[in-house]
Amino acid sequence: MFREMSPSFTDTHASTLPRVARVLVASVITAGGAALLLATLRTDKAPPELAVLVSEQLATSGVENPVTAVLLNFRSYDTLLEIAVLLIVAIAMQPHASSQPRIVAPSTNNESATNLVLTSLLRWLIPLSVLVGGYLLWTGAYAPGGAFQAGAVLAAAGVALALTERYQFGWQSAGAQWLISAGLAIFIATGIVSGMVTGTFLQYPVTYAATLILVVEIAATVSIAAILLQLFTRLARADVTSPHTSGASS
Amino acid sequence: MTPDIIYSGAGMVVFAMGLYGVIASAHILRKLVAINIMGIGVFMLLIATAHHDTLIDPVPHAMVLTGIVVAVAGTALCLWLAVVIRGLEHDAASHPSQ
Amino acid sequence: MNNSLFGTPLLPLAVVIPLIAAIVSLLLTSPRARSITGIGFATLLLFALAPWLWHTPGADLPTSVRYALGGWGAPLGIDLHLDGFATVLLLSTAALVLVLSIYSAFYFAGQSQAARFWPLWWMLVAGLNGVFLAADAFNVYVLLEIIGLASVALVALAGTREACTAALRYALVGLLGSLCYLLGVALLYRHYGTLDFAQLADLAQADPLTWAALALVTAGLLLKTALLPLHFWLPSAHANAPAPVSAVLSALVVKASFYLIARYWLDILSPAVTDLGSMLLGLLGAVAVIWGCVAAFRAHRLKLLVAYSTVAQLGYLFLLFPLAASGTDTHMALEAVVYFIVAHALAKAAMFLAAGNILRACGHDDIARLRGVAGQQPASLFIFAIAGVSLIGLPPSGGFIAKWLLLNTAISSGQWWWAVVVLCGGLLAALYIFKVLNLAFVRVDLPSGQIPQPVSAPTHAGMTLCAFALAIGAVALGFSAEWLVTLLDAGSSVTTFSQGAGT
Repeated sequence: MFREMSPSFTDTHASTLPRVARVLVASVITAGGAALLLATLRTDKAPPELAVLVSEQLATSGVENPVTAVLLNFRSYDTLLEIAVLLIVAIAMQPHASSQPRIVAPSTNNESATNLVLTSLLRWLIPLSVLVGGYLLWTGAYAPGGAFQAGAVLAAAGVALALTERYQFGWQSAGAQWLISAGLAIFIATGIVSGMVTGTFLQYPVTYAATLILVVEIAATVSIAAILLQLFTRLARADVTSPHTSGASS
Repeated sequence: MTPDIIYSGAGMVVFAMGLYGVIASAHILRKLVAINIMGIGVFMLLIATAHHDTLIDPVPHAMVLTGIVVAVAGTALCLWLAVVIRGLEHDAASHPSQ
Repeated sequence: MNNSLFGTPLLPLAVVIPLIAAIVSLLLTSPRARSITGIGFATLLLFALAPWLWHTPGADLPTSVRYALGGWGAPLGIDLHLDGFATVLLLSTAALVLVLSIYSAFYFAGQSQAARFWPLWWMLVAGLNGVFLAADAFNVYVLLEIIGLASVALVALAGTREACTAALRYALVGLLGSLCYLLGVALLYRHYGTLDFAQLADLAQADPLTWAALALVTAGLLLKTALLPLHFWLPSAHANAPAPVSAVLSALVVKASFYLIARYWLDILSPAVTDLGSMLLGLLGAVAVIWGCVAAFRAHRLKLLVAYSTVAQLGYLFLLFPLAASGTDTHMALEAVVYFIVAHALAKAAMFLAAGNILRACGHDDIARLRGVAGQQPASLFIFAIAGVSLIGLPPSGGFIAKWLLLNTAISSGQWWWAVVVLCGGLLAALYIFKVLNLAFVRVDLPSGQIPQPVSAPTHAGMTLCAFALAIGAVALGFSAEWLVTLLDAGSSVTTFSQGAGT
């Protein structure tokens, strides 16, 4: 039933499977799902021992928000690898050609600067987004928020800029490479330096934990914002170009 | 207990619907949306797992946040490949000699 | 939390060194500097792991070692875990990565893909090492995504429409597999309240929810390991990737998910494993052996033939489960399969590099048109033949010892029918290997005016040497059986999690 699974691009409604096979797949999934549901509902949830452990150790984590404590201290290895996942996709989507602007900063293209409403709205929206992003980053230590949320808001500001078609981003400039890799690089550097002090990789000294987490989060926010914005602009600008010529169109 | 049953059960139903969508639909965008729906099903189950009578377990919340980022990355890569393939097909169509 | 134990302070380096290498190669702008640092980091990685190589003869090694990242310790934090099984795979990875890095430096010389190849390559290595050291169920999910997405991006580097289509399909299958795995992990966490492998191994029991979780975890990982009915994505992805990428995909990437299946079935969730399930996995493996060989024999392209051969060879690995289920011979079965993994990794990497050299030299790898190619490419054909000897399992080679160990285990556990599968698989492998060699060594009397096609891209002598080194390694493994077994025994067996390793 998986045999083909080759994606098609033409017909949005067609199915690769004949009707009989679809009914078969549907019934197998329904039966499996029902069995799973039954097994789950008949088994009790484990007592929240881990949650108790988190709240006991929260005071030594450097932050007050338990989710941030888990993400950036208790299970920081996962978060480090998660930033690596984002970086992989950013690298994969980079254009080849080097005949590009040497700057990361958006370069202006005055010809399409016609939409007055959009541009004046952006004058308010962009500073506000930066403010909200900064707030989310800071508040992550105490309440819901944090690096990913802040990065997503900042990236959204960049997307709004890109949508005006007045700005272009030079993603293969050296500056862009530093921006997208800063999050992972600083995370690892923090882990190694604190490891030299405490003897264990990623173990933060309790007194400096809050500062170190903030440093890691700022770097992660910048990189996440840059990567998400890059993913968007590469997809939006790619249109119909092969990987060998796509560098010229971005 | 009842809200837990509703949320966990709904999460699994959503997962199953996504799984059917991935297998049965042909278009790449439909497959991608279906995969993301599967992911949402798992996240619902995790959120339901996090809820206890006396306290909230932050570990599944952290897992969901990590899972969302990974899902974004995977979706972006698939979309990018789809765009590249379209481009190559376009090239092949405009230069039939190749 | 025995961080003072031998070797442990360096344990995170296995993941950290490749990550740093990825960042450095991303920031470097000169292609030459990128290749040189690539080889440099590969050497560094091997030397960081080398203590385990040198200390094996002594019996003072701990059976398993844990490292508490962040100093928290499981279940609050994430642990790393190292035992004999993981050591063998880590060392094979480091050795292969060094040779393949040198090969890649020549292969990608002067090509624009090199700028993306090196960072992605190092990310993939970080993911592989991470999986071999993992001791946390959710951590494995993130690592699987690193491996999956980096592999997809590396396949797409080839830039052709076939490669990109294969990569997209690979990506969809990979995401599907990861989500099945993640649902299984979510159920395990709900049931047992922990993500740590050692704790799960202590708590696990045979009940419906654990069966469901095991089924989901296994289904997800089988998709990534490409066991027979789920293998449909592998041949096109492995055959269309650039040569060093094909080599690492077949040699290591599929083994990483197999390693996890072995962990879950023999150790972490072993109480929930039933004989029926083990038998089913073994049966699928047996069908994969036969069917993969037939498909390889019928393949039209050389790299596709090698890729189908991977489907067949992966089948042998799954004989582990019925053989280990008999109880008495678990250790023996594991020894045979680990030996098989290393032997196949070396031979298959050598074979893909040789095929890549032929493809580059001739401009195609259409088997029918490779008639008499040995005259132009004697070195590559020689390497192909040596690697083939190990894949078939002829003495003296690593493949021979691996199959001999498998046969022994099958007979001593009274399951002789698996021995028949192993023997048939060897015969069928001989068929497709000799089909290629037969064609290639045919003397072609070219009619005048029909000179052999001009060499489209010269292969550097370094590329041939790398492939040769791997092929020699595959044969030499047959003479150093003792060494590998000792290394494996350092961890006594796969079941180190449930033996109270978590204390």
